[in-house]
This record gives sequence, structure tokens and C-alpha cells, in this order.
Amino acid sequence: MGVRTGGAGMKRHIALVVCLSLAACGTGQNIEKSTQYGPTPDIPEPSRTLLPQMKVADVVGWSGGDKPTVPQGFRIDAIATGLSSPRNIYALPNGDLLVIESKKDAPEPLERPKRPVMAWIEKKAHGGSGGERPSNRVLLLRHADSGGKPDTPTVLIDHLNSPFGVVLVGDTLYVADTDAILRFPFKVGQTSVDGPGEKVIDLPAGPINHHWTKSLTANADGSKLYVGVGSNSNAMERGIEAETNRAAIWEVDPASGAFKVFARGLRNPNGLTFYPGSSTLWAVVNERDELGPNLVPDYLTSVKPGAFYGWPYSYWGQHVDPRVRPQRSDLVKSAIAPDYGLSSHVAPLGLAFYTGNSFPSQFHGGAFVGEHGSWNRPEPNGYKLVFIRFENGRPVGDPMDFVTGFLEDGKAHGRPVGVAVDRTGALIVADDVGNTVWRVTAETKS
Amino acid sequence: MVTLRDIRDGHVPLSSDNAPMPPARSRVASVAAPIYLLLFPIPVVLFVAAVVTDVAYSASAFLMWLHFSQWLIAAGLAFGAVAAIALLVVVFASGANRVGTYGWSHLVLFYAALIIEVFNAFIHTADGWTAVVPIGVLLSIVGAICALAAVGTLFFMPIAWVSARGAPA
Repeated sequence: MGVRTGGAGMKRHIALVVCLSLAACGTGQNIEKSTQYGPTPDIPEPSRTLLPQMKVADVVGWSGGDKPTVPQGFRIDAIATGLSSPRNIYALPNGDLLVIESKKDAPEPLERPKRPVMAWIEKKAHGGSGGERPSNRVLLLRHADSGGKPDTPTVLIDHLNSPFGVVLVGDTLYVADTDAILRFPFKVGQTSVDGPGEKVIDLPAGPINHHWTKSLTANADGSKLYVGVGSNSNAMERGIEAETNRAAIWEVDPASGAFKVFARGLRNPNGLTFYPGSSTLWAVVNERDELGPNLVPDYLTSVKPGAFYGWPYSYWGQHVDPRVRPQRSDLVKSAIAPDYGLSSHVAPLGLAFYTGNSFPSQFHGGAFVGEHGSWNRPEPNGYKLVFIRFENGRPVGDPMDFVTGFLEDGKAHGRPVGVAVDRTGALIVADDVGNTVWRVTAETKS
Repeated sequence: MVTLRDIRDGHVPLSSDNAPMPPARSRVASVAAPIYLLLFPIPVVLFVAAVVTDVAYSASAFLMWLHFSQWLIAAGLAFGAVAAIALLVVVFASGANRVGTYGWSHLVLFYAALIIEVFNAFIHTADGWTAVVPIGVLLSIVGAICALAAVGTLFFMPIAWVSARGAPA
């Protein structure tokens, strides 16, 4: 009996050694995340562990007067609280703000045993934000200038279908639902819109609709709309048919409702924004998961018309993803590398260039990026708003932490998403699981 | 003439007519044994099927086959887990000294198949080709061989070992 017990003990030892050696496969990616900042990030070999390495932060919300942290010389205030999953912000020229509350409602199809596990992780990461309160609407937030007290929003457009992007062109407000771009007549200063809105174009949505946020912007003269359509999978594991015209940025002619694919191979492009005073479109892109904690770096990039950025066949240029079959070496050859790495799994979802004057001059023309935060690496990454300085319209240097404190002791008070700069030059941040809109102002002008 | 050694070693005739009077066995074992016999073939069949779908995926890269493999392995583990518990109950309720060489071989092979398939299930969660080629299909083959070998041990020992009528040999 003693021998048998010893044997079982030995077996346990062997099992442990096997697990450890499998885990050790992941240590090939032991690199500092700072090596993945900028135009030439360190791209390690893919690594895989038997059990996925992840850390999903529990959502605890903000209590009392808790706030995120901003650098010295700035202050941060909640300007709207108790919202229901506010994901995006749009600043109107008169100082009003549009707050887009949005949730993905429909579950994804049960194709494989992994799906319910993934659904559970996604739900945990969002902390049931907003509970059962109504969401999927556009709120109007008029800042009463009441000295840091939260304002009361009014509902501008209700009963939308998981909206995300909005853009105002003249007297027309375009709203990108997950399944269509809608057009509403709207004059700045109005506090309501009449009617249900008119459909401009259908967008790819269900029944899978994995990456569902449709980011939206317009060119300077408003003649073209640009909409981000994220992929339906992590790395084409639902087949190429599910990815028709996805992982792409569309150029839409709002007059005719026609579209063409403007750029491809962008797994989940968000934060579409033209660089101020230029015709260069920029986006932040969520790259793929499950190739290791330091792969693949998410990025900020200018979007070249007609370009292919690799997804799903390759990443960061021409690094071939071993999971994707059939391989397409012809397409990989045409893949270009993006401009600027943000490090892996930060989940950038918001981008705003600083067009105000109230922040110090080093911020002028730079980019604020809302990093929603990681779940699939052991050390959390993101969960903050970073600033990237620009010179001559190009990003320079490392990202600087600008708004932090969303994550504390492994628990998430909130997660930043959409970013905007308002008329006064204040920075506005949507915090979807914290159900809050934050406003960052400079205390002294330099 | 059936000797005690034959009984210990599991060398007893398949026909219960010629078998010695079964020793008294516990009521628990007589409930667990038929449950085990009912469930045990299910993971065996599913694990073998997963080999087929893995090979089909390796040959075609058609994702339907990968999804089939994932469900087959998961379902095999679900039924296999209940069967494994039932088997453990049979062994403990009957007394470990009455299991015999082939009985222990059966148990070890079946448990090995389940452990291999647990690893295999995780390997199969990868999003595409690396879920199967090369480790996934290899583990599927090894797991299926262990499961079939566990079936094979039944040729050498009385099914009565785990049946409600008989007793552990």
C-alpha cells in the first residue's frame, strides 16, 4: 500500500513537472512591455501554455469620492455618474457632449465548448455594468459649469442597437449602430431629435457579431464617412465566410449609401479620427489574442488607403500567424506594419488628438488613447489613458500615463473607452464599467 | 477447477455458470457497476470519433471538423468523469484486493485515457490549426488507444467484475 501511495505521489510529481514545463514555454516572452512601444516593437515568438494565462479584473466600481489619478497640474472630475455602460464621447462645437451608452445584447452562437467560458470571462470583465438600466442610447450632457458637480444628462436618441460611433456633419448627426449607420437631422443646441432616423447603409452585424463597436468619423468636407468594422473572430477561427468585409475600415458615401473597403487586415479598428488639419486617417487597433502575454502588440496607426495590415494571416507586418489555415503567402507579402506599438493586450478603444489650448504646449497635436485593459495576460496591461506626443504629424517617444488608477489591487474601479476634447480644451473620458464620464482640466496654463 | 489464484488474477471463466459462487458484494457496488457499464463505452466511442475528425481537419483545414473534435472530446470527458467515479465506487465498494491484474489494467488505461483527453481538450481550444496539428491529433490518437485498450482488458476478465450479477474476480 505504501508503495502504491508512493506511486501516486510520483505521478502527481510528474504531472506537476509536465504542467510547469508547459508553463515554462511561455517564459520565452519575458520581455518588458516598454520594448513594445513605438514604431519597432519587440515581436517575440508565439508561446502557448496548456491553461490560458489570464487575469480578469473584478469590477468594483467607484465608491464615495474615489477618482482616477491625473498628473500634477491637472484635475479630474466626474461630470456624469450612474450611467449605463457609457462607451463613447463626442464633443459638439457649442460645448455640449454626446455620451453614447452601449452594450452588446445578443449572445454569440454556441459553436464550440470554449464559447460559454469566453462569455463568462467577458461578462466578468464588464461587471454587469449598468445592471438592467436602459442603455443603447445617446445622451446629451450640457455642462452647467457648476464647479465639479456632476451634470444631469438628457436622452437625445433612445432605442438604438448597440451604438458606438457618432459624427456631426453640418446639420446631420450620423450614428453608427452595430448593424447600420443612421442619419438624424440635428442642429447644435437642440436637446432632442425628432423621428427614428434614416438608414444610410447596413453594416455587418449578427448572428455572430464578435467585435461589435462601429467607430465613425467623417472627412473634412463631410463628403465621406469612415467606419470601423471589427473582425468576427480572434484569428479567423469562425471561417473566412464570417469575415466578409470585416476587419476593415469602410469608406461610405452618405449621399448614395455606397461603400468601398478603405483598408483591410485591421482586426478591431476603433477611434477613427483624422489628424487635425490633415487628410490622414488614424485608428487604434486591437490585435489578436492567445499567442502569449506579449503578443501581439496593439497599435496606433495612420491608415493608408487600400493597405492590408495582415489580419488574420500575419501580424505586425509579415509575422505569419501559425493558427490560420489555409495560409495566404500572397496576401502576407502585401501586409504592411502599423506605425506605433502600444504594447500587448492594452485594448485601445478610444483616440482623440488634442486640439484645445488649455493644456500645456507639449500636449498640442498629440494623441490620447483610452486603453480598456487586458484580460489575457497574467500582469494586467492598459486600464488607463495614455498620451503620445506628436511631431510633424507623427508619434514620437513612449506613451505617457495620463489618467490612471482605474485598476487598484487587481480590482477595476472603471475602464476607460472613448475619449474626446471639448470646446474648452478639457479632456473627456467615457468609463464604461465605472458608469461615469470624467473631465480632465489643466489647473494652470503654461 | 477454479483456484483462488485464478480468481485473484482474474482468470475466471466468462460464463457465470462455471464461475464460483460470487462472494457477497456490497449493495453500493451493485448499483455503481451497471452505471459504469452503461457509461464506460460512451467516452471510448467519442474519443475514437475525435481521432477521425482530427484527421479530417488535418487533411482539409475545414473548421467544422475542429468544432466536431472539440465537442466530441468535451462530451467524452463529461461522460468519462461520471464513469470514472462509478468505477472508483465499484473498486472501493468491492474491495481493492478483488480487482485483479486485468481489473487494475482496465482502470489504469481508462483513467490514462481521461487524463490525456483533459490535456487534449485544452490543446483543442486554440483558435485554428495549432489546436490539432501536431499535438492535438497525437493526443487524440494516444487517448483513443488507451480507451480501446481498456476495452480490450475486458476480453481477459469476466464482465462480471463490474456487473450487477457477479462479483469482482
